[in-house]
Amino acid sequence: MELTKELLLNMYTKMNKIRKFEERVAELFAQGKILGFVHLYIGEEATAVGICENLTDKDYITSTHRGHGHLIAKGGDLKFMMAELYGKATGYCKGKGGSMHIADVQKGILGANGIVGGGLPIACGAGLSAKLRRTDQVTVCFFGDGASNQGTFHEALNIASIWKLPVVFVCENNLYGISMRQDRHQAIADIADRAMAYGFPGVTVDGNDVLAVYEAAREAVKRAREGAGPTLIECKTYRWRGHFEGDPTVYRPKEEVEEWMARDPIPRLARYILDNNIATEEELKEIENNIIRELEEAVRFAEESPYPEETSAVEDVYTDLVEEGRVR
Amino acid sequence: MRQLTYAEAIREAIRNEMRRDPRVFILGEDVGKFGGCFGVTQGLIDEFGEELVRDTPISEEAIAGVAVGAAATGMRPIAEIMFMDFVTVAMDQLVNQAAKMRYMFGGKISLPMVIRLPEGGGLQAAAQHSQCLEAWLTHVPGIKVVYPSTPKDALGLLISSIRDDNPVAFIEHKLLYNLKGEVPDENEPIPLGVADVKRPGKDVTIVATGLMVHKALNAAKELEKEGIEAEIVDPRTLFPLDKETIFNSVKKTHKVVIVTEEVKRGGWGGELAALIAEEIFDYLDAQIVRIGSLNVPIPFTTVLENYVIPNEIDIINGVKSIL
Repeated sequence: MELTKELLLNMYTKMNKIRKFEERVAELFAQGKILGFVHLYIGEEATAVGICENLTDKDYITSTHRGHGHLIAKGGDLKFMMAELYGKATGYCKGKGGSMHIADVQKGILGANGIVGGGLPIACGAGLSAKLRRTDQVTVCFFGDGASNQGTFHEALNIASIWKLPVVFVCENNLYGISMRQDRHQAIADIADRAMAYGFPGVTVDGNDVLAVYEAAREAVKRAREGAGPTLIECKTYRWRGHFEGDPTVYRPKEEVEEWMARDPIPRLARYILDNNIATEEELKEIENNIIRELEEAVRFAEESPYPEETSAVEDVYTDLVEEGRVR
Repeated sequence: MRQLTYAEAIREAIRNEMRRDPRVFILGEDVGKFGGCFGVTQGLIDEFGEELVRDTPISEEAIAGVAVGAAATGMRPIAEIMFMDFVTVAMDQLVNQAAKMRYMFGGKISLPMVIRLPEGGGLQAAAQHSQCLEAWLTHVPGIKVVYPSTPKDALGLLISSIRDDNPVAFIEHKLLYNLKGEVPDENEPIPLGVADVKRPGKDVTIVATGLMVHKALNAAKELEKEGIEAEIVDPRTLFPLDKETIFNSVKKTHKVVIVTEEVKRGGWGGELAALIAEEIFDYLDAQIVRIGSLNVPIPFTTVLENYVIPNEIDIINGVKSIL
């Protein structure tokens, strides 16, 4: 496997971008500037980035309620993301979606999703569509350990296997489905084992090791693109924050959180880059500074953008405008 | 009289029934130590243990189906669906199984199960966490649908729901959980199918459900300033429906405004309007007015959400349109 400087620095940039974006979102949420439900991706950056570095803009992803990381890794624009979290007219969904429904169809991002397991069959549909349209597009389906207990998991993996769909199922096993530790919500340790039941490969990787994730995804994406069918990749990782912002996380021990924070994927990649003389500390610092500038620009854009006109509530869906008007 | 919040009243009803009947148990996502997404089941695990306060995997179809199977075989489950929106994932078990089982089996089985469903907007939770889907359930023969608006009603109606031998969908409004109100010292059931007049009046009848009862009460205070006395009837159970109380009010005022948070098209409010038109048309002095959410998904940002969900102004305008 050749790891070019460009690739490694891209990954370093994306991972930092996710981390800094999410940290800023946490602050802004605490200040009451971002409303609704926000689920942060901090700690899991290596998974989204290691996977998406194997994709092009033409490839698709389906995301989850914890979707900011996937979006950034797939090339989402921080300005439009932040504006959406603010509920502004300039946001990705014009203020209609919010954190749980951000989508960028131009970039192949078929949306975050508020329904656990909701994206699994949709990914199969995108995969079937690519097959029927004779393109070589691949669809990556992100979901969590919790979603692997939904009926849609079984139905989607089965249909992907019989139709040999170009889908890569990426299970982000962050050890908890809200408050339920994995060993309480399922009797197996490795979710990748379930792939065997559908007759396609399943691999478990260290989801905090971006290079391991990248390598596993490279194999799986190649397989999918060549028409050999789906793969299930389980990335073992951990969310540092609660399930949602405001979650008191009474259900997990402090030591466990600390242990996983010590496995921070970002310094790990930095160390690899520095130890192998791929870039200097100054270069990495420069990357971080650029991200901070981009992020502050995004916050300013969100702050300065207008809220949508209230009547836009009845646009973007088939409805009867005469009937729907509100006079107040 | 005690003061309890709506959430505390629900918890009190569950606790009361679990203490008196060992067949009652609860299951749902994060209902144990976490206490439920809205804290409703907080502390119950300390008293009743993990066996009877069961955390489930994220598997709504299984939650509903396990409740059906357990109820069919001698238990009295209370299942929690974290957001009513997720009931869509569980619909086969509710619609094709729970609602029909007793009937299909020729009455040889009973299904004493409650499924708790927090609904409603106002939290900027967007399209998949804000819906009011009561009409999906009232449309299905075989399910009772309960929807309290106050702590007192929540307590009494949930006790009755748990003691009922039919599947009961128990709808809760998320914005009501922190509402405090007077509750009788004794944990007494309130029978299903009995409406409550929340405010007497002579000029117009407002039938409202859930959070809309409170918005209607606010609107009535404004209308009072203009000399308009609105009577507010809270049906409390959507099915069985206390037609008598509602009809008596309409026969007195000759005008009716129906206010629900559900999307207006195809809503439960339309069923009530049809019943009034069918059965007491002659008493009406004006057309029936229905007020509901606009026929669009619930949007995220506050300004749009407020536009879509009905408020006091819409109710006042609705009343004035027929006076």
